[in-house]
Formats: sequence, C-alpha cells, structure tokens
Amino acid sequence: MTYIAKPAVRHPGLGANDLGLHMRDYEGTISTLCAGCGHDSVTAAIIQAFYELSIPPHRIAKMSGIGCSAKTPAYFVNEAHGFNGVHGRMPALATGANAANKDLYYIGISGDGDSLSIGLGQFCHAIRRNVNMLYVLENNGVYGLTKGQFSASADVGSRSKRGVPNKSEPIDPVALALTLGATFVARGFSGDKQQLLPLLKAGLMHKGFAFLDVISPCVTFNDHVGSTKSYLYTRHHGHELVPVDFVPIRSEISASYEKGSRTSITMHDGSMVRFRKVPEDYDPTDRLSAYEHYRSLQNRGEVVTGLLYLDPGGEDMHDDNATTATPLAEMAYEDLCPGSEQMDALMEEFR
Amino acid sequence: MSDPRLEQADRTNDFAFKIGTVNGTGSASANGLIMQAIFRMGIPCTGKNVFPSNIQGLPTWYEIRVSHEGYSARTPEFDLIVAMNPATYERDIAEVRPGGYLLHDSSWPMAKEFLRDDITFLGVPLGEMCVREFKGARVRILMKNIAYAGALAALLSMDLDVIRGMIQEKFAAKPKLIGSNYKAIELGYDYAMEHFDCPLPIRLQTMDATSDHVLMDGNTSAALGCVYAGATVGAWYPITPSTSLMDAFKRFCERFRKDPETGERSFFIAQAEDELAAAGVVIGAGWAGARAFTPTSGPGISLMSEFIGLAYYAEIPAVFVDVQRVGPSTGMPTRTQQGDLAAVAYASHGDTKHIALFPANPEESFHMAVEAFDLAERFQSPVFLVQDLDIGMNDWMIPRLNWDDGFVPDRGKVLGAAELEKIEKFYRYMDVDGDGIPYRSLPGVHPKGAYFTRGSGHTSRGTYTEDADEYTEVMDRLRTKIDSAASEVPAPAVQMREGATMSLVTIGSCDGAVREAADMLERQGLPVNFLRVRGFPFDTLVPEFLDAHELNFVVEQNRDAQLRRLLVTETEVEPARLHSVLDYGGFPMSAAFVAGEVNEHLGRAPEETKVRPAAERPEGAVA
Repeated sequence: MTYIAKPAVRHPGLGANDLGLHMRDYEGTISTLCAGCGHDSVTAAIIQAFYELSIPPHRIAKMSGIGCSAKTPAYFVNEAHGFNGVHGRMPALATGANAANKDLYYIGISGDGDSLSIGLGQFCHAIRRNVNMLYVLENNGVYGLTKGQFSASADVGSRSKRGVPNKSEPIDPVALALTLGATFVARGFSGDKQQLLPLLKAGLMHKGFAFLDVISPCVTFNDHVGSTKSYLYTRHHGHELVPVDFVPIRSEISASYEKGSRTSITMHDGSMVRFRKVPEDYDPTDRLSAYEHYRSLQNRGEVVTGLLYLDPGGEDMHDDNATTATPLAEMAYEDLCPGSEQMDALMEEFR
Repeated sequence: MSDPRLEQADRTNDFAFKIGTVNGTGSASANGLIMQAIFRMGIPCTGKNVFPSNIQGLPTWYEIRVSHEGYSARTPEFDLIVAMNPATYERDIAEVRPGGYLLHDSSWPMAKEFLRDDITFLGVPLGEMCVREFKGARVRILMKNIAYAGALAALLSMDLDVIRGMIQEKFAAKPKLIGSNYKAIELGYDYAMEHFDCPLPIRLQTMDATSDHVLMDGNTSAALGCVYAGATVGAWYPITPSTSLMDAFKRFCERFRKDPETGERSFFIAQAEDELAAAGVVIGAGWAGARAFTPTSGPGISLMSEFIGLAYYAEIPAVFVDVQRVGPSTGMPTRTQQGDLAAVAYASHGDTKHIALFPANPEESFHMAVEAFDLAERFQSPVFLVQDLDIGMNDWMIPRLNWDDGFVPDRGKVLGAAELEKIEKFYRYMDVDGDGIPYRSLPGVHPKGAYFTRGSGHTSRGTYTEDADEYTEVMDRLRTKIDSAASEVPAPAVQMREGATMSLVTIGSCDGAVREAADMLERQGLPVNFLRVRGFPFDTLVPEFLDAHELNFVVEQNRDAQLRRLLVTETEVEPARLHSVLDYGGFPMSAAFVAGEVNEHLGRAPEETKVRPAAERPEGAVA
C-alpha cells in the first residue's frame, strides 16, 4: 500500500552522501507490485543512483503514465514531486514541466504498453524534441494490470502464459530511439543492478533525452518457459555490449582499467562515462556504428545491453529555443509583461 | 413598381458590399486596403472573410459593412458586389439587393442569362488595363486587385490620399512597388470617374468615429492577452481557425520577450505532435508553475478531453482557447459556429465541470484571456476561453486596448519555500480555508512540498485511495470549488428597455446581431431586454434575469440549442420560458434573422413589424 510508511531502519553499511543524506532519504513508500517484480529492482537501482549522485530529493521530478511501471515513482524519493498522469502521455507532461522549469532532474518511468502502444507517438516526439530527462522504459512484453495481454514489445514466437505464441512483429524501442535521434540510448536488465546503476547515473547526468530500456520481467504473467522477456531467457541471451562505468565530476578517478581497452567520454558537465573492452569496430559516439553493432548482435538472437550510443554534445530543447537562464516558472511577472507603453505603441500599428 | 434606387437615397456610411475573388490570388491585401481606408476615414466598419478550406483556386469573399451607427453584425443584404470570379457570377449577381450594383471585369463579356434589370452593372476592363500597363502574369493578377480597389474608391467616394498613404506605409521597405500600386489604383479610379456617375448613392463620408479604435481580429487580441497575462509556455497543434493565435503569440513574444542583446527568450512554444500532447505540455507546465495555454478548435477539444479531466481532478491550472468552427467531426473548418458550448462545459469522462469565458469580440478576447490565467490559477483548474472563427479571424473595430501597469496577476494559493518550511505537514488536497480551494506546491521548491500528483482516486491528503468516503470528500469539494467560480467569471452583459416583458439572451459573437435586432424590434414597437452570458458556471444574475421575463429568446449558433440546454441544466428556470433562435449554417448571424425569428414566433403580422415613428414607440431609452 503506497500510504504505508516504511519503518525507519537505516542500512548499517551505508553512510551519508555529499548532502548528508542517507539511502533512506531517497526511498519511497512500500511497493504494491507483485513479489519478485523486475520493476522493484529498477526502483532500488534508481534510489541508489540518486543517492550516489547526491541529488537533492526535492529537485527531482518523477513523471509517469499509467501501468505497473507508472506506479513505481511512488516507491522512490518521497521528497520529490511525482506526477502520475494519463496512459501514454507522460512525455507531454514531462515536456511541459521541463519547459516551465528546466533546472530540475526529470526522470520518466514508463512501460512497454505506455511507450510503445498508446504512447508511441509521444515517446517518439519527446525524443525528437530532445527533452532533458532520463526516460526509463520498464519493458516486460506484457500488460500486467489488465492481466497478461501481449504488448507491442513482445517478440514473435514468444508464448503467453497460456501458451499462445505472439505473431505480430515487435516494436524495438532501442532501435527506434537510435533511429529517431535520441542523444543517449542504453539497455539494462532489472536482474543486473551492477550494470544498471552506471547506466541510470549516466542517463540522469546526460543533458538531453536519455533513453534507458530495461528488460524487467513480469513474474506473474511473463516469466514462464517460452517467454522472451523472462529472467531465465534474458540471463541466457543477454549480451553486454560494453561494460561502462559512470564517474561523476566530483569523484576522484581512481578505478583502474586495462590499458588500451577503454574509451572515456566526457559529458557536458565534466562527468565521465568509461567504456571498457570496446570492440574495435564500434564507436559509441557514432550513431551509425552503434546501430549496426546493435542490429548484428540482435540478429544473432542476443538481448543486447549496455550503453549503446552517447552524444556528449550536451544540448537540449532549451538550447534550441534559446530559453532564458532563469526557469520560466520562476520569472518575475514584471519581466514578462510588456506594459502600457508598449501597448499604446502597438495599438498604432492596428489603425 | 417604384425604382428601388429612390428608396435608398441617403445610404451614406450605411451599406454593405462584398468582393468575390479566387483564393490565392492576393486579393486579401487589396480587401484589407479598402477596409482600412474606410476605417481611417473615421467610419465604423466591419470585415468578414468568407473563405474556403483550401490554399488556391476556390471562391472566396470579403464582406464589408459600413455603419455610421456602429452596427457590426454581418448583414447578408449587399448593396454592391465586386464580382471578380466568373465561377461565382451567377451566385454573386443573385445576391445583390434590388437597386444595388455589380462591379465586374468587362474585359470579357458577361453572359446574358446572368443579367438582371433591377440592379446596375458596372463593367470595368480591369484585366485589359492591367495587361496593357503591367508586365508579368503574377504582377498583372495582383494589380488587378489593386485596380478594383481604385474603382471602388471612385464609386464610394473614398479618400485617395488615405489610400496612397497606406500604400506608402505598406511598401516602405520596397519603394519600387509603390509606383505600380499607385498606378493600379489610378487605373481603376480614373476609369470609374470617367464612365460612371460617381459617387454612387451608397457612399462614404469622412466621420470621426474611429480615432479611439483599432482594427483587430480576436486571435491576435487573445494572443496579446496571453502575453500580458505573463504566459510563458504555449503548446499547440495547428488547426483552423486557431492557428493565427499562436502565430500572433510567437510574433509578440519575439518582439517583447526576447533579450535584444543575448537573444534569450522568456517563452517556450511547443508545436506538439497532436492536440493530446499539446494539452499535456500545458498541464505539465502549469503543474511546474508556468502560465501555459493552448489554442485549438473543436476537434482538438475532443482529443484533449482525457487530459482536461486529469487537470480538473488533479487540480492543475491550464488555459484552453477554443476558436470554434463548424462541427461535428471535421465539419466546415473555415465557417463559424458555437457548437462546442456543451462539450467545453463538461469536457472529459466522469463528473467534471469547467470554468469558461465567452468573449463577444476581440476586445473581450484580450481581457478575458488575461482573466482566464488568473481564474485557472485561482481555481487550479482548466479554464476555457471560448471564441469562434468570426471573432478569431475577422477584422473587428474595437476600442484601443490599454493596459493598467498596476495589474497584479492572481497566482492563487501557491506555497513558497518559507511557508512550507513553517508548516508541519503539507496536504495537497485539504480544504484548509473552507472555500474548496486547497493549497498547492510547485516541484523544486521545498522537500516539504512534495506530493504525488495523480489522476487516480486520491484523498484530501493527496494519497491514493479506493475508499468511498475519501473519494467522495474530494469530489464534493471539487464541485463546491467550481460552482464558486460563478461569481468570479465575468458577469453577464445586460441591456434593459422600458416596457419590455420579453428578452433576447445570447452568447459570444452573436452579440452584435442580437443587440441590433433588439433595436430593430423596438423600432417595430416591441421593446425587448437583452442579456449576454459571459461566463460559466452561470452567475446568479442569469437565472434571475430569465425568471423575470415571461419569454426569453435564446439566440445561438448551433443546431441543438446548447446554451439553452446548459441554462436548463444548470439553473432552475422553467424550460417553457426559453425559446430557441438558432442559426448554424456557418455564417455570422444577422440582426434581420434574429428579429424575423422573434416576429415569426410571436405571430406578428408584417404590418405590425413596420418601423413606427419614434412618437409611437414606448418611452425610455437604452439602459
């Protein structure tokens, strides 16, 4: 029940972050999702990402649409505003909120029904607009709340719980995001927190639209033999393209890497994303190369994960608009109203 | 039969004419020139653009009514028609009132079957003259338009200096074009002076009735209202007839909201992928604390309805400007109607009800646009500014807009960081003040202000619920809140006449026609009172007025009497007291239609409706 507060027990192994806040300060209410739901693992990783990045909780805006995934913003960062809008329309709400206040950290949580069916248009256009946000798609191939219908991301041949195979071609959100020009494209697996955490952190610090598809199995309706979005299937077919680490600007770079096998990309704010063991023919900052690599692995039947593409350019929709530095919602009325003199002059032009 | 021309001996500054052309040929600028020249001569005038949903090649008309009394409604009685489109000759010729005139291009012969002997044909070889005087097909077509303006100047006694001045202003940046435009004006003017008995009995005479006025359409003025209200976020999906509103907003913002040195802009316009997204952007921006709006039309309102319900239930300010066009479905996009009244009042599923403002002209569009943002933030709810194509896209003569620099926007109950710091716990939907309006907080301001906004069932504390009592508590408060807006929306406009027992009740752009009809009826011995609804939920003055009259004619522009339906639903008035007068074919309403419907309903014989001398009319003037 979302209104039940968690007991105030602090994890003994975790100290305070740079803001003096503890992991507990980034938690939300208790999840009402099914036990073992992949989404809860994503939530846990999100909590840790915010905590480790030392982002002030009230500077976070949590956006979602409708569905199991859309409930999850209630389960992290209690001291942040959340907006659980209407089905498939979170991108529009996030665009508007970001237009009004560009200084907040926007995280949007969506699902495959929310993003790839009812909200496919909104998803695409948020990418085109390059809204500065981390867009997490908790992808389980199935409609949970309405009890197990296939979603648009279900693979051909994937079987429902009753054994019926899906015959429609899936919509692949990663390929779509790459094609549409998303400036950050990644995929994680809810069962691999070690990989998910740096992806979330890099996505949150990325300026522009960061897309993170997370294979997040539905334990109730899509975790059986024959499903291609199950824990087992993903573990067997998962292929981490390139392991990455995220090094925030504040942290001292101390991790050691094998020489000659890494690529570091500095992000707009000076943070760094480090790719380890990058294959020679793959450049994660080149959209075409990323796309080709992704497709070739996918054709081999592998569930490609990792940070696939990153445009470190650091521009977003406000740069395109040349929006003023002060967030629009914080502008003083006096600076927005042209006043009587301008009105009088303007009236002369309508004579 | 007497010569009808004799009956209209003095029609100075009191006539209507229209110009029929082909769209996409540049006639709009010539028509604008004529309209503006009349206005600058100090004579009250109104222009109505009757255009097709098309870019090039279809018939289009521009109607101008000149009225020294200041009547602004459309009149379908044309004293003069400029027929520049052979495809519509037949129709145009048939529409000239007996005794009137038809100006046409005589470069080609007019078919004999079109001729009428009760009107005067004025042939001017416009095409021929322009072929002779100008080079290039495009220039010839454009100059032909200017040349008919010249002929009209002679026929109607327009001030040539005014016209020349306007051409100079218009082409200040392209002086080369001034000469050719002058020449075209003179071609038409000289020909008419030489061949016709100029000016005609319908003629213009300089007045001083427009110096305090401007010519403006309602989309422009509403956009200006958004700018002055401090709106910073606009989202839209292009749709006729609202598109020019966002065009104007953008133009004004580029001028007033852009730092001349840095180029930084204090506005954000999102051209969304559809109206659903446009509504979402506006609601997201309102949630985050910006004043945001979207201009749209009926089909857009249909698409936005789900989001409108969210804004109502989650209590988020948002301004929707509905420039109504003819429905249902795609309907007639370039024709006017008031078909969205019911849709707007209760848009979205479940129990919803919305605040709506109904301007009657571009002046009110401006002021009500400003007011819409105040109401949206005060009541934390969607607010609709409901105008129509006639207001939004036609040229109206309105008093110069002025601005009070002392204006302070009402941002409603928003808790700032200091206030949040002081309170023990913030509950988003708690009725703290007992007025049905809770306090809200904006994201990013203070950790204590955080809450989870949702369209699902919620308690007054802002938490999720499926409990009947908790749900009902919030819903009941919402009803109280929106109903309390009745006294905050603009009060109805009322005009009382001595001896009146009946009334004309109307809304929006019908205002001019209905007021004029009331004058007509009074001249015919039937004084009627007048009320125009300006806001929803209805002010208590509205039912009081209706109850005080034995019969109220409810005049509106839709088939299903939507205003009447709202009045019956929302007030206790006896339905039998409300008789509908409906005109919904897509043209702005005329006074003659309204008066005719009233007379017909009352069974008044034609002799009863003859204009009576002032001495026989009931005492008393307009209140």
